[in-house]
Amino acid sequence: MADLLNALAVAGKSALGFQAIFFALLAIGINVQFGYAGLLNFGQIAFAMLGGFGIAISVSKWGIPFWAGVLVGLAAAVVLALLLGLPTLRLRADYLAIATIATAEGLRLLFRSVSATPVTNGTRGLSGFNGDFIALAPWNTSQRYSILGTSWSGGELWVAAIGWLLVILGSLLVFLLMRSPWGRVLKSIREDEDAVRSLGKNVYVYKMQALVLGGVFGALGGMVYAVGTGSAVPDQYQNANTFLAYAALILGGAARVLGPVIGAMILLFILQFADTGLRLLISNGVIPEDLLSSTDVAQIRFILVGVGLMLLLIFRPQGIFGDRREVMLDAR
Amino acid sequence: MTHAVHRAGRHGRRPGQPWPLQRPPGRGRPPGGHRVVVRLLLVLAFGLGLAAFSPGVAHAETAGEQLSGTVQTSRSGPIEDVQIEVAAADGTEIESVETDEDGRWTVELPGPGEYTVTLDEGDLPDGVELSNTNTRTVTVDEGRRQAVIIGLEDGSRGAGGGGVRAVQLLVDGIRFGLLIAMAAVGLSLIFGTTGLTNFAHGELVTIGAVAAWYINVSGGVNLIVATVLAMVVGAAVGALNELALWRPLRRRGTGLIAALVVSIGLSLLLRYLIQVVYGGRSSPYQGFQGGRAVDYGIFTMTNADLVSVIISVVVLVLVALMLQRTKIGKAMRAVSDNRDLAASSGIDVNRVILVVWMMGGALAALGGVLLGLSDQVQWDMGFRLLLLMFAGVTLGGLGTAYGALVGSLIVGVFVQMSTLVIPNDVKYVGGLLLLIVILVIRPQGILGSRARIG
Repeated sequence: MADLLNALAVAGKSALGFQAIFFALLAIGINVQFGYAGLLNFGQIAFAMLGGFGIAISVSKWGIPFWAGVLVGLAAAVVLALLLGLPTLRLRADYLAIATIATAEGLRLLFRSVSATPVTNGTRGLSGFNGDFIALAPWNTSQRYSILGTSWSGGELWVAAIGWLLVILGSLLVFLLMRSPWGRVLKSIREDEDAVRSLGKNVYVYKMQALVLGGVFGALGGMVYAVGTGSAVPDQYQNANTFLAYAALILGGAARVLGPVIGAMILLFILQFADTGLRLLISNGVIPEDLLSSTDVAQIRFILVGVGLMLLLIFRPQGIFGDRREVMLDAR
Repeated sequence: MTHAVHRAGRHGRRPGQPWPLQRPPGRGRPPGGHRVVVRLLLVLAFGLGLAAFSPGVAHAETAGEQLSGTVQTSRSGPIEDVQIEVAAADGTEIESVETDEDGRWTVELPGPGEYTVTLDEGDLPDGVELSNTNTRTVTVDEGRRQAVIIGLEDGSRGAGGGGVRAVQLLVDGIRFGLLIAMAAVGLSLIFGTTGLTNFAHGELVTIGAVAAWYINVSGGVNLIVATVLAMVVGAAVGALNELALWRPLRRRGTGLIAALVVSIGLSLLLRYLIQVVYGGRSSPYQGFQGGRAVDYGIFTMTNADLVSVIISVVVLVLVALMLQRTKIGKAMRAVSDNRDLAASSGIDVNRVILVVWMMGGALAALGGVLLGLSDQVQWDMGFRLLLLMFAGVTLGGLGTAYGALVGSLIVGVFVQMSTLVIPNDVKYVGGLLLLIVILVIRPQGILGSRARIG
């Protein structure tokens, strides 16, 4: 019983920790793009990588202040969104999907390559860039704090606090934007692009704005992740993470302001619980080690997400809170 | 052991990892026959949420830190008896081991920290050289089992200068392009006939390669027979895809975007399932690794590569002939061109789509085997190829079979030739960049029609 409680506590911690914030911010960005505007950005992780490495490279390599690094990361994300949007936003939805997923994989390969080592430190990545940020914490960061049976370091708490503040502000921004005329145009683009065009709106510009805004959220997510782990390694930004964020969004409900946030928390809770639970079963001998070794457990989360995505899309595309009529399912 | 697939089909479950048809008792290579199936079922059962958590008394295990690696090159295969020395950051030696018959080595570490791994150069066979230094310093986190790679050169990359190197790369590029084309024909035809952008197509490639690996290496079957069996497995998985998943979804009226996300879910599921079952390693096939490069004057080529080119050309010509001459081929092009018109002229659209899936699965499997032959078998080889397949298919024109051929060939040549100017490890980035450039200049592709893109 104590083990079960412990697994629940660990899962609860991860549902509130910086990883949940990471996926929540990624999913908020995808919500603006996919949920409201109907754009299929399958390369959200690339924006996160630019955000994370924006800070890491600025601080560790160029030696400029942390906050300037934040600006560098955001600017890089905006540039990437413009570069991706320019050729693909006039085309059908799946072209953007292919271009973004290709870019995300390409950027990761580029960042981890030998030739990029002077800047990104290759596969080993960069670390030691979050000192300025952690130092701002109003409490002692070298001490550990115990909250509801889980142990947090002061730094973790500080990252989580600022991260959730970002999530709240982001959700508020999305809420206000989607009530504004701009948001209504965006939603009508999702429903019927030609109708919006016939009303004299420049659909292309609106889509581009949505892509940039979503990308900025992605970059913020990547920054929280990089600061939370204290390192930026290209292989942390695997393509599959984009789809974890999609799973979070669709689980919570697309085109709902709080859908991505709640989805991310639930998803992280389930994944961490499965992870801890499986490891526990293996170490207890319930599952023999040669059937499923503890190194394999890390892959289980992606298998779960794969199954979850399929089942959700087939049986409940609106997720927990969504409205089926509002979920963009058909390509034009 | 095909019943695993069939059973999954009857219950309408997702297509899982295909199994070799017959597997003589394993020769101690992990993971062996039954265990794999049980393991797969266990993972599946868990994936379906059937696992129950029973509270126990034992405490959580803390895994020890470990360093491991494999010493091998694509030409020489695994290299045995190479001495590997692991030392702590302060220079004290932890352990010194020799690689086993699979070229593998493992060292248990006393704890997390920085370690230096040194490979004894003198133990390397003739023709194999170090690409950089013989040492590597790694930082091991708590509980991590870290893999260490020490780069080796076996001279398979053309070392000649200028024009000769370009010819060598062109030949390599054509081989690679033909391989992409073979895998991409199915992708393009599936898109043409159903409108589905199948992100799980790369996994068909991996499944083919891994199935052939199990038959060839664990089963000890000749690689040619194993390839044919892998193609049968590929066709079966393709058919299962269509029958168990996509046809019911079309019947439900699932939208294209929803279907696209479902295919991504399927891709994640299969890819990581393969990683759990097959593992994160990369291993070569048996019997073909020793091939020496044969000199053809201006370029060199191993016999395995030559066979790969010949097989690709023959198969692609057969596919083209089938599309052009046979009834089913014409029906495929008709459905691809205009589905409703095809249906109203009496073509059984669902049957055509099923054949397209089976053909796509078999071709992808064959492509996977050929890729495994040149680059070894890895769990994510298909996904990496998928992006180049997309580039090729987009370049040629989404939905057209011949476009996929032309586009893939161009992408393959472009990727290989680009190493003239960019480093080898970023060559895929060039291919992906090409994709974006195509989208700017001519989004409908070389052979595509304008109407499809809007």
